[in-house]
Amino acid sequence: MFRNNYDNDSVTFSPQGRIFQVEYASEAVKQGSVVVGIVSKTHAVLVALKRNAEELSSYQKKIIAIDEHLGLSLAGLASDARVLSNFMKQQSLSSRLTYGRAIPLERLVSAIGDRAQTNTQHYGKRPYGVGLLVAGVDETGPHLFEFQPSGMTQEMIACAIGARSQMARTYLERNLEKFADSSKEELVIHGLRALKESLAQDKELTVENCSVGVVGVRAEGMKTIEGFRLYDGQDVKQWVDLVADGTEEGGAGETMEVDT
Amino acid sequence: MNHLPQAWGRPRDDYYGAYDASYFQSNGPNQHTQQPIVTGTSVVALKFKDGVVIAADNLASYGSLARFTDVKRLRTFADTSVVGFGGDVSDMQYLDRLLNSLDTEEAYTSSGHTLNARNLHIYLSKVLYKRRSDFNPLWNQVLVAGLDEEKKPFLASADLLGTTFSAPSLATGFGAHLAQPLLRKVAPDEEAAATLSKEQALEAVKESMKVLFYRDARSMDKYSIAVVTKEGIDLKENEKLENQSWAFADQIRGYGTQVN
Amino acid sequence: MAAMFSQNPLMNGPNYSFNQAPVTAAGNKEHAFNPYTDNGGSTLAISGSDFAILAGDTRSTSGYNINTRYSPKVFKIGGTTSTQDDATLVLSVVGFAADGEALKERLDAIVKMYRYQHGKPMSVKACAQRLSTILYGKRFFPYYVHAILGGLDEEGRGAIYSYDPVGSYEREQCRAAGAAASLIMPFLDNQVNFKNQYIPGSGVGHELQEREKIPLPRNEVEDLVKDAFDSAVERHIEVGDGLQMLIITKDGIEEKYLPLKKD
Repeated sequence: MFRNNYDNDSVTFSPQGRIFQVEYASEAVKQGSVVVGIVSKTHAVLVALKRNAEELSSYQKKIIAIDEHLGLSLAGLASDARVLSNFMKQQSLSSRLTYGRAIPLERLVSAIGDRAQTNTQHYGKRPYGVGLLVAGVDETGPHLFEFQPSGMTQEMIACAIGARSQMARTYLERNLEKFADSSKEELVIHGLRALKESLAQDKELTVENCSVGVVGVRAEGMKTIEGFRLYDGQDVKQWVDLVADGTEEGGAGETMEVDT
Repeated sequence: MNHLPQAWGRPRDDYYGAYDASYFQSNGPNQHTQQPIVTGTSVVALKFKDGVVIAADNLASYGSLARFTDVKRLRTFADTSVVGFGGDVSDMQYLDRLLNSLDTEEAYTSSGHTLNARNLHIYLSKVLYKRRSDFNPLWNQVLVAGLDEEKKPFLASADLLGTTFSAPSLATGFGAHLAQPLLRKVAPDEEAAATLSKEQALEAVKESMKVLFYRDARSMDKYSIAVVTKEGIDLKENEKLENQSWAFADQIRGYGTQVN
Repeated sequence: MAAMFSQNPLMNGPNYSFNQAPVTAAGNKEHAFNPYTDNGGSTLAISGSDFAILAGDTRSTSGYNINTRYSPKVFKIGGTTSTQDDATLVLSVVGFAADGEALKERLDAIVKMYRYQHGKPMSVKACAQRLSTILYGKRFFPYYVHAILGGLDEEGRGAIYSYDPVGSYEREQCRAAGAAASLIMPFLDNQVNFKNQYIPGSGVGHELQEREKIPLPRNEVEDLVKDAFDSAVERHIEVGDGLQMLIITKDGIEEKYLPLKKD
């Protein structure tokens, strides 16, 4: 039987120039439930689908507040995300301590990107098995960043990662032009609609399985920010009700693209 | 001439006797600064309606010797802030290099994020406090002038112990005794400072520099002065004290040969 | 004679409440770097049945100089935002301002991390214990400050904890610290704990009955704080300029600022 000889560690390239361990880590991201992020001129939102391992268990945590001005949502290994979010918390506290400044998003995301990259270049290390969407505001306005186990980070206008996220991405691509001028509420609704696209046949969005994170700017500059806020349970009812079946504005049609 | 490199640059044995090479030992305990050597005297600064005026003379003294007469003790940072240094000149030059590397680092990592005067002051105070806690102080008192995150005038002090404070007017060294009363008369509180025009502030600071030159024996009549506003920094490094009047001199009684 | 013209006021003339020149056992002047100074000022805390007040003047001094007229000594601790709007604890520090600032920031970071990891604010009791450990951790190079921590305990009563620079601590009804502590504390003993107050005509000697102790209402405590500082300002040169009060109640932390004499 065929056996792949190039996936024992993350320091060996395959003859095709691939590092399998990194690719497998990316697969772990696709096992996680879907999370969506969208950014407008004033706000950045995260919307996540929570799973419960079994009927009797609680729902997993999908969105983590890091600092006043930013938070993240995760898809993949939650424990790896905890390591990263603790590191990010430390970094943002340290920036506030040494400069009295909220850490610029780009810098924080690069920092975890660098960390993740070292895991792909040292023998005996394991890449992080988690993808992140980091949403926040800084002096240059609201931002959304995507992070992958390979160490890749990039700024996004809208993004979805996790299981069946292609459907959500398709929705986001269709509505791309609307995001920039959307209000916070509209952004959340778009996020939930995108999430809904990715739902399995028999599932629907409920107050139990939805998490929403919102952060924004009230006016120019950092002094008047709308700090990162996490909405769970009954707090998301206001939005979940709006995207319930039958209230569709015809976003998803018959020409739906399929995950390849 | 003795051709051994070890002897280069040393006093000749035949003239001065054997050189005590123990002074050049690099082993043994590390010596920490116990006192300043070459020093700069006062720095004075005053807030006004839309910025800050800061000044310091161009003299570096070696004890009572006016050793260097063209030392610039104001330095700009990122075209937004000015730092004025009092105290040890070599430590000032060290801090100057430190700020240069900080500036470069900031400019490299991401665009759109600059450290404002408040950020800079917090950073400097942390450096100074760290060094005092290591019993290896940087023998300076610095004033940081500029604008804060809301583009409002910012002025604060940090010293070799890491002590920090902020006020509408500040002066280090001799200036704390001689200039501060003059400046406080012009700007007793923040409200008063917020009504001052640039011209009024400049006049008060220049008057303070003159009084300091009259009464501080370690001062000089050539000085640097900077105005920081939203429009940028206007730094002049070769100003001469104007309108000096020594008419008061022969009125002074009580010391020297003339006792009454 | 040389001392007469010395710029060090310690050697001649009136003295500060603190000693600035480090002196060896033999009485020789030491020239080593002294990492400490005293920035003057005073703080005061009183707890009530459902509130706690921490107050401090806002003057910062170096010797006879006033550094600034507004340098707060009382801080909210452990909020999740930069404005500390949702903080539940208050820390006051007086003594060496740089150490005070460092202590405040360290405690704040720890309480913030606690809140992040546990998803709830730290109790004042836990924070009090933690602060003691922090201070004792620098037992041989102490934070040169008198700290007071305030909040509401598990029963919702006002709680005040006071500290010495190396971490000894105690929960108290009230405490004054800093330059004018010796002026304010006896006043508090009398006015808050009713020391030396007896019921008139209750007898003589051992027959004397003490005045009944009752928790003071908030408005009376606020007045006491103002009176205490107005009096301290009259008699202590390092106290003045402004009075900052943080009042902790179940509804949050209220801040009040009142001017003091600036002379």
